[in-house]
Amino acid sequence: MTDRHATTAAPDRRRPRPWGDPLFRGLAAAAAGFFLLLTGAILLELTRGSSLSLAKFGPSFLWSTAWNPVTGDFGAFSSIAGTLVSTAIAMALAVPLSLVIALFLVELAPPAVAKPVGAAIELLAAVPSIIYGMWGLFVFAPLMSDHVQPFLSDHLGFLPLFQGPPMGIGMLTAGIILALMILPFITSVMRDVLRMVPPVVKEAGYGMGSTVWEVTRQVTVRYGARGMAGACLLGLGRAVGETMAVTFVIGNNHRVGTSLFDAGNTIASALANEFAEAADPLYLSALVELGLVLFLITFAIQGLTHVWIRRLERSAGRGL
Amino acid sequence: MRETVMRRRHARGRKTVDLAVRTAASLAALLGIGVLVLILAEVARRGAPALDLAFFTALPGPPGVAGGGLANAILGTLALTAAATAVGVPLGMLAGVYLSEFGRDTRLGAAVRFCVNVLMGLPSILVGLFVWTVLVVPFRSFSGHAGAVALALIMLPVVARTTEDMLALVPHALREGALAVGAPRWRATLIAFKAARGGLVTGVLLAVARVSGETAPLLFTALNSPFWPRSMSEPVANLTVTVFQYAMSPYADWQAKAWGASLLIMAAVLTTSLLARTFARERT
Repeated sequence: MTDRHATTAAPDRRRPRPWGDPLFRGLAAAAAGFFLLLTGAILLELTRGSSLSLAKFGPSFLWSTAWNPVTGDFGAFSSIAGTLVSTAIAMALAVPLSLVIALFLVELAPPAVAKPVGAAIELLAAVPSIIYGMWGLFVFAPLMSDHVQPFLSDHLGFLPLFQGPPMGIGMLTAGIILALMILPFITSVMRDVLRMVPPVVKEAGYGMGSTVWEVTRQVTVRYGARGMAGACLLGLGRAVGETMAVTFVIGNNHRVGTSLFDAGNTIASALANEFAEAADPLYLSALVELGLVLFLITFAIQGLTHVWIRRLERSAGRGL
Repeated sequence: MRETVMRRRHARGRKTVDLAVRTAASLAALLGIGVLVLILAEVARRGAPALDLAFFTALPGPPGVAGGGLANAILGTLALTAAATAVGVPLGMLAGVYLSEFGRDTRLGAAVRFCVNVLMGLPSILVGLFVWTVLVVPFRSFSGHAGAVALALIMLPVVARTTEDMLALVPHALREGALAVGAPRWRATLIAFKAARGGLVTGVLLAVARVSGETAPLLFTALNSPFWPRSMSEPVANLTVTVFQYAMSPYADWQAKAWGASLLIMAAVLTTSLLARTFARERT
């Protein structure tokens, strides 16, 4: 009894000043601060590492098509273009398909199908990219060179995009593999977005006699449009910096081609292929500068996603 | 009379469109899911024959000679992942605690949250590049340490984010109850941790699953090695970089080993993810 009385009356005078909480708070804040430090350090180190290349080539590094380790002349154009083209192919294929799959899972499939398939898609999103790379190199590339590319040149060969020898590996193959890799990821985010559309809104549509397609097109998709755009941005961030799925099948060539059959490279694949073998300081520096460019691209995408999701949260009452 | 006929015809048109779209959507969904399942099946088909006893027990043989295994790479991957988890999980959790318990509306909290997002979207090869500049160049050697740090840096934002999200789900009343009976803040947080256990385990397992399949951050940090992993200050053998090197080699036996290793990685990642899902279900 007296014990309890004592603690409630004057806890501070009897016990030593508690040190546990300030320490705990300090530790947690330090760990959080480490993230700021890390982000800053990454930017700083990539800039420092590319100083040699920055000094020698200046801004023209961005649009120069040169890449010659022997003469020490480097430019990022082919890598930047390759990154953008492969990402564009991947997004063009993956976004519509994942939208359709997500709609199928949420609107069309019976629960007995939707549940296990949805879970499977989420699992597939965790499959490491090197698996897609292996499959792309040994299974899909031969398929491309034997069937898909000849078919495309026969029927669309009048376009420069589909000309050239069907080698199997190249920009188009890389884009398709990339699409397959980000497909489960975008699908599972889109599925979550579509599931958040309130049933009442959809039921109102059905109540008026609309068909499933009409409700999907005019209610569900409109309601979830912004959230789905967010899902696409997340997928875009993944595709831009993806390394292994692309490196296996893109062919690693710094020449800028006009055909999607040509071998090319992306920033990530150039780093993966050449970095460990580069010995010359200028060569290394140019590769680090490529990394810096990639960092800035992903940073811009992240910033955009951040702003977009913030806007989305603020207007959540008016729909996703 | 005429009007009802027209409406009926109109309705038939709408129903036809609906049926067509539904069929097309189902087929497209089937195609997409089918291709993905086909990929996994193909990896299993080509990888299974390589997984004999020697694969798990022996060192790799010389190029072009059949036999040997990847025991060193399996061990190395386990060591790298374990070391990364030991560093990444506590640090990430502490940061998550700060975000959820102390920094909910502070400016530091907002800045850290932004950095967590940036780091989460950072391509893993850039993490490798960064670690190369700070841990490989100064020590003049590729090392297991560098590889483990690179993997830990990839885990950090994932763990921090899940910790924050999971702690945010714990009702405030629980912490307030603890504080009301005189428990210090850290005890109250510990209690919240206990309540969020299932979700936290899920988050950690997903982070482990993610890094155990990573290749890009190891390419110029841990590199690879044909020997047993003896010390973390030397290059350490690992499965993913081995797959990359063996797949690009012209030797059939190495390529077969690469398929075996791919299957092993895939199985490990999927098992860990499944485990994570069962923990998540337990929580709800």
